[in-house]
Amino acid sequence: MTAGAGEERAAPIRVLIAKPGLDGHDRGAKVLARGLRDEGFEVIYTGLRQTPEMIADAAEQEDVDVVGLSILSGAHMTLLPRIVEMIRSRKMDDVLIAAGGIIPDADIAPLKEAGIAEIFGPGTRIGDIARYFREHARTRT
Amino acid sequence: MAHGPALLTAAVGGDRRALARLLTGIENEDPHVRELLPQIFAASRGAHLVGITGPPGAGKSTLVTALTREYRKRGRRVGIVAVDPSSPYTGGAIMGDRIRMMEHAADRNIFMRSMASRGELGGIAAATWLVAAALDAAGYDPVLVETVGAGQAELEVARLAETTVVVEVPEMGDEIQAIKAGLLEVADVVTVNKADRPGAERSAGQLRAMLAGAGGRFAAPPPILLTIATTGEGVAPLVDAIEADRTRARSPDQARVRARNQLLRAVIERSRRRAEGRVEWDSTVNEIAEHRIDPITAADRLLDT
Ligand code: B12
Ligand SMILES: Nc1nc2c(ncn2[C@@H]2O[C@H](COP(=O)(O)OP(=O)(O)O)[C@@H](O)[C@H]2O)c(=O)[nH]1
Ligand SMILES: [Mg+2]
Repeated sequence: MTAGAGEERAAPIRVLIAKPGLDGHDRGAKVLARGLRDEGFEVIYTGLRQTPEMIADAAEQEDVDVVGLSILSGAHMTLLPRIVEMIRSRKMDDVLIAAGGIIPDADIAPLKEAGIAEIFGPGTRIGDIARYFREHARTRT
Repeated sequence: MAHGPALLTAAVGGDRRALARLLTGIENEDPHVRELLPQIFAASRGAHLVGITGPPGAGKSTLVTALTREYRKRGRRVGIVAVDPSSPYTGGAIMGDRIRMMEHAADRNIFMRSMASRGELGGIAAATWLVAAALDAAGYDPVLVETVGAGQAELEVARLAETTVVVEVPEMGDEIQAIKAGLLEVADVVTVNKADRPGAERSAGQLRAMLAGAGGRFAAPPPILLTIATTGEGVAPLVDAIEADRTRARSPDQARVRARNQLLRAVIERSRRRAEGRVEWDSTVNEIAEHRIDPITAADRLLDT
């Protein structure tokens, strides 16, 4: 949503970037956080070793538009659906949940089934992620 | 999702999602939430509003975590607002203060919110303390507000606290930079954090000597403490010092000083908006650019009519 001349400037999109589980690969999450900042997003970075509950709690308190989960550990099939469930159980129905990292193609369909909106693998350009978030994040009223 | 008065009622009644939405409305200057401001203020339960400021990396977030641990031990519910600078180029921001809050993540008696400063003129100081007021209304006391102690907008946030804690770190050299003086000017309590590092005692001594001779605002110099935020050492005495300052901050004189700052802030902010909102704004800018009118007369003209 870009504000035209004379319109009130729309508030920046707020994104939570979280690293679920025991995965220590944080390079991608940090690259993403900086990249999104440079694209004009307000990024809240939680750091490593987040439980599904911690992520849902943070998303709730921060009232983010997007939750971005970065996972390279291989535990995505157990962790990601639980995070979606936790977030939805707190009535955050309109929050966009996306993921990235090392996720085999075969797992993509079931994860989308579980409520992950989109999955971005290695080599994705930040500009493409930013565009996707702008197009799919809820619009505030 | 509720909005208007129902949103406020839900937020004050313990609905965390409603509270989060209310804070967003304040931050985004949502007109519906603007109408709630008198009620938010009326719902205040008198929380202690504490600013925590200091240079980047001084250990503010770690200290906020340690302070929260101590306040929780004392049975208090803690509200936290962490303000980080927005990029002046893109308007984006990275807010990493939650990283240090891990141990409190599952505690429902804590509510933490990250805010981006959204530019010098964005009214961040006012918005921050309105967010703090909403947390107060929701039953959090104290409300701890962390800001990076650099830049005018951030100093303004610190100035509007009831009790401002300035976090310093041990210095290697002897010189005390000018930036420190600016920060110290708003200090009600000073802590030299990272006291596990060499030179902490000496730094505290230097600060003490510096403030002792200063007079004026420092006729009664603020207490200077030592903390190790990572281990929690010295944090209980710091909470004691903050608590002790609450009485000073609530004296009629001090309340008036703070109220005056708040009013001044609000007047500047409101008049700027009123002037900017006028149809004559653009033509007035042009008139000044073309040297047809001076800015002061132009401002009077915009505000008086
Ligand atoms: C660098 C690296 C490390 C570094 C990590 C440094 C750090 N602090 O991040 C070190 C050496 C520490 C390391 C350790 C290990 N690693 Co390693 N590591 C890698 C490596 C080579 C590159 C990862 C990387 O940083 N890429 C660069 C970043 C920028 O890319 P990215 O993370 O993929 O992110 C991009 C996208 O995926 C996407 N994205 C990522 N997250 C998100 C989130 C959202 C919301 C969105 C929208 C997009 C998005 O956007 C980014 C930009 O394009 C990968 C192999 C690979 N080619 O990916 C293996 C790899 C991830 N590691 C692996 C393994 C097994 C390990 C170890 C277990 C090895 C061991 N036996 O000790 C340990 C575990 C460490 C731990 N505690 O978790 C495996 C994982 C296998 C799996 N999942 O099934 C990989 C795939 C290597 C392999 N082929 O076997 N590793
Ligand atoms: N040695 C030492 N390190 C500390 C102390 N307090 C904080 N730190 C470290 O200083 C770094 C910055 O801390 P942080 O709380 O993020 O600082 P902030 O930028 O002021 O919020 C982190 O690596 C902390 O672990 C302390 O008392 N002693
Ligand atoms: Mg910090």
